[in-house]
Amino acid sequence: MGIEGIGARVARKEDKRFLTGLGRYVDDMVVPGMKHAVFVRSPHAHAAIKSIDTKKAKAMPGIIGVLTGAELKTDGIGNLICGWMIHSKDGTPMKMGAYSGLATDRVRYVGEAVAVVVAETRGQARDAAEAVEIDYEEMPAVTDAVKALEKGAPQLHPEAENNLIYDWEIGDASAVDQALDGAAHVTRMKLVNNRLVPNAMEPRAALGHYDKAEDHFTLWTTSQNPHVARLVMSAFYNVAPENKLRVIAPDVGGGFGSKIYVYPEEIVCLWASKKTGVPVKWVADRTESFLTDAHGRDHHTEVSLGFDADNRMVALKVDTIANFGGYMSLFSSCVPTYLYATLLSGQYAIPAIHCNVRAVYTNTAPVDAYRGAGRPEATYLLERTVETAARELGVSPADLRRKNFIREFPYQTPVIMNYDAGDYEASLDAAMREADYAGFPARRDEAKKRGKLRGIGMSCYIEACGIAPSQAVGSLGAGVGLWESAEVRVNAAGTIEVLTGSHSHGQGHETTFAQVVASRFGVPLEQVSIVHGDTDKVQMGMGTYGSRSGAVGASAIVKALDKVEAKAKKIAAHLLEADESDIVIENGEAKVAGTDRTLPWFQVALAAYTAHNLPEGMEPGLKEGAFYDPTNFTFPAGCYIAEVEVDPETGHTDVVQFVASDDFGNIINPLIVEGQVHGGLAQGIGQALLEGCHYDPTSGQLVTASYMDYTMPRAGDLPSFQVSTTNTPCPGNPLGVKGCGEAGAIGSPPAIINAITDAIGNNDLSMPATPQKVWAAMRRNQ
Amino acid sequence: MHQTTYHRASSVSEAVKLLNDADDGKYVAGGQTLIPTMKQRLAAPSDLVDLRHIADLKGIEVSGDKVKIGAAATHAEVAENAALAKACPALCHLATHIGDPHVRHMGTIGGSIANNDPAADYPAALLALAATVHTNKREISADDFFVDLFETALEDDEIITAVSFTVPEKAGYGKFPNPASRYALTGVFVARRADGVRAAVTGAGENGVFRAEAIEKALSSSFDASALDGVTIPADGLMTDIHASAEYRANLIAVMAKRAVQAANG
Amino acid sequence: MAEISMTVNGRKVTGTVEDRTLLVHFLRENQGLTGTHVGCDTSQCGACVVHLDGKAVKSCTMLAAQASGSQVLTIEGLAEGGELHPVQAAFKEHHGLQCGFCTPGMIMAAVDMIRRHPQGLDEKTVRAELEGNICRCTGYHNIVKAVLAASEAMSGKAKAA
Repeated sequence: MGIEGIGARVARKEDKRFLTGLGRYVDDMVVPGMKHAVFVRSPHAHAAIKSIDTKKAKAMPGIIGVLTGAELKTDGIGNLICGWMIHSKDGTPMKMGAYSGLATDRVRYVGEAVAVVVAETRGQARDAAEAVEIDYEEMPAVTDAVKALEKGAPQLHPEAENNLIYDWEIGDASAVDQALDGAAHVTRMKLVNNRLVPNAMEPRAALGHYDKAEDHFTLWTTSQNPHVARLVMSAFYNVAPENKLRVIAPDVGGGFGSKIYVYPEEIVCLWASKKTGVPVKWVADRTESFLTDAHGRDHHTEVSLGFDADNRMVALKVDTIANFGGYMSLFSSCVPTYLYATLLSGQYAIPAIHCNVRAVYTNTAPVDAYRGAGRPEATYLLERTVETAARELGVSPADLRRKNFIREFPYQTPVIMNYDAGDYEASLDAAMREADYAGFPARRDEAKKRGKLRGIGMSCYIEACGIAPSQAVGSLGAGVGLWESAEVRVNAAGTIEVLTGSHSHGQGHETTFAQVVASRFGVPLEQVSIVHGDTDKVQMGMGTYGSRSGAVGASAIVKALDKVEAKAKKIAAHLLEADESDIVIENGEAKVAGTDRTLPWFQVALAAYTAHNLPEGMEPGLKEGAFYDPTNFTFPAGCYIAEVEVDPETGHTDVVQFVASDDFGNIINPLIVEGQVHGGLAQGIGQALLEGCHYDPTSGQLVTASYMDYTMPRAGDLPSFQVSTTNTPCPGNPLGVKGCGEAGAIGSPPAIINAITDAIGNNDLSMPATPQKVWAAMRRNQ
Repeated sequence: MHQTTYHRASSVSEAVKLLNDADDGKYVAGGQTLIPTMKQRLAAPSDLVDLRHIADLKGIEVSGDKVKIGAAATHAEVAENAALAKACPALCHLATHIGDPHVRHMGTIGGSIANNDPAADYPAALLALAATVHTNKREISADDFFVDLFETALEDDEIITAVSFTVPEKAGYGKFPNPASRYALTGVFVARRADGVRAAVTGAGENGVFRAEAIEKALSSSFDASALDGVTIPADGLMTDIHASAEYRANLIAVMAKRAVQAANG
Repeated sequence: MAEISMTVNGRKVTGTVEDRTLLVHFLRENQGLTGTHVGCDTSQCGACVVHLDGKAVKSCTMLAAQASGSQVLTIEGLAEGGELHPVQAAFKEHHGLQCGFCTPGMIMAAVDMIRRHPQGLDEKTVRAELEGNICRCTGYHNIVKAVLAASEAMSGKAKAA
């Protein structure tokens, strides 16, 4: 692996600029003549817009323009769409309601954009935004997806009768019912997966610049996938054709899914720039982020898991209602379907699985993929149910899991997925060892002496990342391909630039991708630069989400490296007068195997560009591109064990130990992989203990609209984590890597809740398990 | 934030004059509550009169059994004051748990009590310590000072100059923080003084800080946590919000009172 | 409008700004020091932490005018010469940052924390002291490690000197 190559614990190349305050985020960008936008937002969860009067606002100091949705429509800007078509089980397509960048006749959630003010300063824009007079006629609102399906519920979109977007199913319902009927034991649960707000620390921002001279737009935006943003804005929203629109996602301060989507503000800033003749910058404040970033999760589920007399799983039946908010966000439809129901087999051999999902409109912010996206919901329901079953059956939770593990690969689940590789027992064993599972009773007794209730809980998760292949997802309704692109440019003096369609917003690509390149040619890391996030520099790419950058993005780089290496070998063979098959490139030089004849790497590169002495017929240059389309998902899996101590007087939970044993396949940089796990765990533990997005059910106001009420995990809420890996290489991609970005958030919530319910002896506990809820659950025991 | 005009006062009298000359002025000390409130446009004073540079408002004095804390003493200064740590460590402990280190470098005791946030920590301490609030006009007992949510006995142009109290025999503070904001979800300050035990509760009451008579009564007979066994607090008059029901807060009052007593008894 | 002057990273600066201008906006927009970030509206996330007269404060919770006459140190002024400050170096070595957005505030908070604890730090103290800084990427694990390592390195340096 070398000290800088694949597998090395290399400190990140990109750190220096962040450590010294020289990172460049969208809000740091300044364009000459730039002005500031503030959006006028709906204060109501559901209302008809009777009139909008901008006259007073327009007359205020510093105002350049006040624009409304009517003008947006007149200018032909299209509605926002959901790009993944799901069909209901009756064959009808999903019912998508109209979603305008600026609402014209009706608002459907608090915070929905209605108008935009552009002014010299942000303060002036905000002053004027308050002066825009909008006459609303309030309508009854519904925020809960279960209630939204009930008779007489307020109706959001004429397209979606009873607020139902789709009623979708997967699996064999009759086989499942039959198996459950014949089961020796059935564990039934009702579970809620709490709504979360992603809360990347950098609020969303957009800077739109229309260049009249070139009739060309540039958008700097907080995006995880600038090319997708450009494609969608060109093809569907009619903002500008792709060749007239450049999208730049510079340093981006975290995404977690929330920056995948194209939002109204990005479209409006571009359009407003042309309309007002000035570059227009908008930066969300935190409350705007709470109100308008796509939220995550929000499922209500009923589950039945049947066992035979030998405690083997015979069938799983799942019925889920998924809250989609007021509009369908860009990829919302695939989250509770193909990213959720397809993972319901977990690590277990379950012969029959059926899942029904109803997607529902409510008067809340749109819901879409958030770190894990569907997989945390699947894992939570399965691992809570398995743990509960173990308690009901009076067997050890580890043994029940072990008995039902899938042990032979590839394994075809009843819900599409074909698991390629794994060793679930290895991660379970490793986690139990690391957690000193056997020593738990002694620790519980010791805690009791201190007046604390100690509990232990585990979770064995599987997830699927690097969603692919394009042809397969296309057949399932995806509107885009799910490949990745790369271009490797070897410069004349041997330094290397890699252009990637992946986007780093904290993942460390500038280091890990460079390690892949350094490994290949043995060149120093500092001679490799990673270029990303700019549609003018990188031809096309799909961006970063779903833990795909290693498995898909780096694989594309490998493919391009293969081509570069092949050509470099030809050149070297020619110059060294050797056979091409005898050339090896390593340690920064090309050499003839078994001889001392070598050529420094830079001379190979130089020869490619001087072109003075190339093989007959060879084109000059050393630059190759590749597109990589995976043949399957990758399937990271692992076992997490949490230990908690509950204060019986207050209900406060301390996570006193957290062990994560993951299988990520081959690892490019363990330092970065561990960091990804830590971050995921914090978000998962946050979901389990702290974070709950709460709308007032009557008014539809978002009660948790700032950090005063939405509990973000802080350092003091978390322990240091014990993380390790037991790896089975992924057979499906050239690096053998899986994905590590979401595992922590996927696997940890059920481990925590299993531990708390173990501690307090009451299984009736929902997330987030706040002190009040835990205290109330303990009281119900009495 | 709406437009405002900033003034920096170098003396109390200058501050009063600046405020009286303003349309709708407001004093600002550390600004750790007022500035965020203005940013959210929930407050829009025409003028801000900065008290942070008035020398007379600074300093912490402990002499004999008397403690006097200048209104502009920051939470960090209260937390770290060595003489105060000997005289009334519970107050230092309380100050250590206000906000976060950065907020404590700016926020002041005067600013905190003038705001009288129902979940702020200091009001419980002042009420339990039977402290006196000194202003440029008069002295006000803590019993009279805290009137209602965000409401005090202060007149518009009145400036808190200091708070003083007699060192208690024993004192302790038990705080259960709001998991999100870290204000007190419920905080109880208990103090045993020559004239009896006082226990004040913050974060829980619908009308702000209040004295818990049941706790005071139980602790008067025996200043020991066990004296609170079996003491239940009625949920009437307690706040309910997404973080805590009135019943849960009632429970927390009893539990935090016990922990405060345990801390007081070392 | 307010006429303000202060010393920022050792350099005397002046400016005329609206009275309502926050210190963070003065630093970012008037001084071009965009390393100090804004991550929330309620004075909780700590992305905006700078040192005012040697102490960590939240620059989003203070008017520029309030800071007039003071010494301000921002993340850009922390490293001396080309060398990273020991806290910055520890964050790099221990991977205490991912997206980098909270990092400047986190580092300014850590420097302040280490200054206030010359006797050294333990994990529990570091976690409690990070109350005013929110990170969404790292789960704090490596931040805590970095602060402890920096504290040790700096006290070692102090002892050696």
